[in-house]
Amino acid sequence: MVDYVADRADQIAAQTLQHASLVLQCVALGTLLAVGVAVLVQRSPRGRAAANAVSAVGLTIPSFALLGVLLAPFGFGVTPAVLAVTFYAALPVLRNAVVGLTGVDRTLVESARGIGMSRTATLLRVELPLAWPVILAGVRTSTQMVMGIAAIAAYVLGPGLGGFIFTGLSRLGGANALYSTLTGTLAIVLLALVVDLLLVLAGRLTTSRGIRA
Amino acid sequence: MPETTTRALDGAADVRDAGGRRVSGVSIRLDAVTKRFPGQDAAAVDAVSLEIPAGELVAFVGPSGCGKTTLLKMLNRLVEPTSGTIHLGDEDATTQDPDQLRRRIGYVIQAGGLFPHMSVATNIALVPRMLGWEKARVEQRVDELLDLVGLDPGAYRGRYPRELSGGQQQRVGVARALAADPPVLLMDEPFGAVDPITRQRLQDELLQIQAELGKTIVVVTHDIDEAVKLGDRIVVFDTGARVVQYDTPEAILADPAEQYVADFVGAGASLKALTLTRVDDVQLASVSTARVGEDAPAVVARARAAGDDDVVVLDGRDRPVAWPSLAELAQVAAVPSTVDERLPVVGERATLNDALDTMLAASQGGAVVTGRRERYQGVVVIETVMDAIQRTRTATSG
Repeated sequence: MVDYVADRADQIAAQTLQHASLVLQCVALGTLLAVGVAVLVQRSPRGRAAANAVSAVGLTIPSFALLGVLLAPFGFGVTPAVLAVTFYAALPVLRNAVVGLTGVDRTLVESARGIGMSRTATLLRVELPLAWPVILAGVRTSTQMVMGIAAIAAYVLGPGLGGFIFTGLSRLGGANALYSTLTGTLAIVLLALVVDLLLVLAGRLTTSRGIRA
Repeated sequence: MPETTTRALDGAADVRDAGGRRVSGVSIRLDAVTKRFPGQDAAAVDAVSLEIPAGELVAFVGPSGCGKTTLLKMLNRLVEPTSGTIHLGDEDATTQDPDQLRRRIGYVIQAGGLFPHMSVATNIALVPRMLGWEKARVEQRVDELLDLVGLDPGAYRGRYPRELSGGQQQRVGVARALAADPPVLLMDEPFGAVDPITRQRLQDELLQIQAELGKTIVVVTHDIDEAVKLGDRIVVFDTGARVVQYDTPEAILADPAEQYVADFVGAGASLKALTLTRVDDVQLASVSTARVGEDAPAVVARARAAGDDDVVVLDGRDRPVAWPSLAELAQVAAVPSTVDERLPVVGERATLNDALDTMLAASQGGAVVTGRRERYQGVVVIETVMDAIQRTRTATSG
C-alpha cells in the first residue's frame, strides 16, 4: 500500500486538490443559494415550512439516482457533478439558515429599523451576523456530507478522489484494486477532517466575540 | 452631515425655555392621528391630537393595550399611521423617507436593544456612521456619550453587551439613541427590565441628561410613579389611545379629570408629596468629604472639628465612592479607593420616595445625593424625609 501510494503521490495529490476544489466551490455556491432562499422565505411561515420540506425531502434522494437523472440532459463530465454536489450542499445550509434567521430576536430587528437602518442594512449588519453561527454549523454538516457525494460524482466522470474508488471497485480482485479503493477513501476522510478544522477556525474568526459560545 | 431638506431637525441653536432651561428639542404635533390594524374593528389609535412642547419630557401612561406604544411608534413611523399628520418642529414626518427620519429621532427600547455582536462603541457609532460622519468625529462622540451616561470610555468602549449589567446596557442604549444629537428621543418602557434600585438610578440619570441637553423626550410607561417622576407632563390614555388627561403630574394627582384617572393614579394622597417633592427641593445636609488617597488621620481630624461622625469619599471626578464612619477611617493610613457597591446614592432630581427606598434598601439613615455626571452634591437624611411627610399631612388635614 505504501508503495502504491508512493508511486502515485503526484496523481493522488492532484485528485485530492480537485476533490477539495469541487467540494469547496459547490459548498460556497450552495451556501450562497441557500442563504438567499432563506432570506426570501423566512418572513412567511408558509415559506419557512416549504423550505424545511425541500431540505428534508431533498436529502432523501439517493445521490446515485440524481446523478443518473442529470446524465440525460448534461452528459458525462463536470456539469452534472457540480449540479448534484451543489444541490446536496445547499440543503443543510438552507435548513440552518432558516432556523438561524428565524431565531434572531425580533426586538433587535425593530431596534435596527428604529435607529434608521434600511431593510438591507438590517439584514446584512444585524440578521445575518447573528444567524451566522447557526448557518456556519449548516455549512460544516454540508461539507462533510458532500465529501462523500463528490466521490460518487466520479461515476459521471466528475473530478476528484472518487476515481480511485470506482477504479478499484470495478477491478476488485485485480492487482492493487483494494489499494486504489482504500487510497481514495482514506484521502477523502483525511481531507474532510482538514477542511472541517479549517471551517472551525473560520468560524472563530468570523463570529463576533460578543456572540461566541 | 449630508444636506437634507430637514433644517428644523438638525441641531438647534442654544435656545432656552421660560424656565431658563436649555432646549435643543423640537415640538411634536399630532393631528387626528389614527391607526387601524387590518382585521380589527376598533382603531388601535383613534384620532389623537396632541402637542408636545419643545424640550419637555412627556410620559405616556395607560394600561397595556391602550395604544400608547402604537402611538409612540407612529412618531418614528415604525408603525405607519392610517390617517392624520405628525409634525416634528415645522416638518411633516409623514411625508419623509422613514429611514432618514429615524436617524434624526433617538429610539430606546426595553433593555436597550443593543446588538450583541457589536462592541459598545460600534453600537453607539451606528447612527453617526450612517449619517456619514468622519471617523475621528465619531470616536470623539462615542467617548463623549459614554461619559454623559456615566460609563468610563476607556473601560467600556470595547466591551460587548453581554459583558454589561442590565443597567449598563440601558445606559449604552440611551447613549446610542443620543449619538447623532437628535432633537427628539422616544423611549418605549425603557426601564422595565431592570431591578428597582437600578431603575431609580437610571431615571435620575435620564432627568440629569434631560436637564443638560433639553431634548424633547417621550417615554411610554405603564408605571404611574415613573410617569410622575419623569414627566414634565403626563398623558393618561384609555383604550384607542383616547387622551383622558394631559397635564402636569401635580395637576393629575391633585385634580384627576375622570374617575378613570383617579383609579389609575391610585390612593395615598398624603404620601404623594413623596413622589412630587424632589431631593433638590429639600435642604441637603452637608457632610465632610475626602479624596481617595488623602491622608486618613488628617481627614478624621478635619471631620471631628466639623462635628461629623462620617465622611463621604469622592473620586477624581467628584463622584462619591464610599461613606465610611470616622472609626473605620481611623484604622487606615490613607483614604482607600474601594468603591462601596451598596452605597445609597440618589440623583438630585430623584423623588423623596426614591430617597426613602434607597435608604431602606441599604439600611442607612441617609443617602448621598449626586448631580450632573454623578458629582457629589450633599446628603439627604431620613429626618428630612419625615419632616416633608409630616408637613403635607398637616397641610392636607388642616
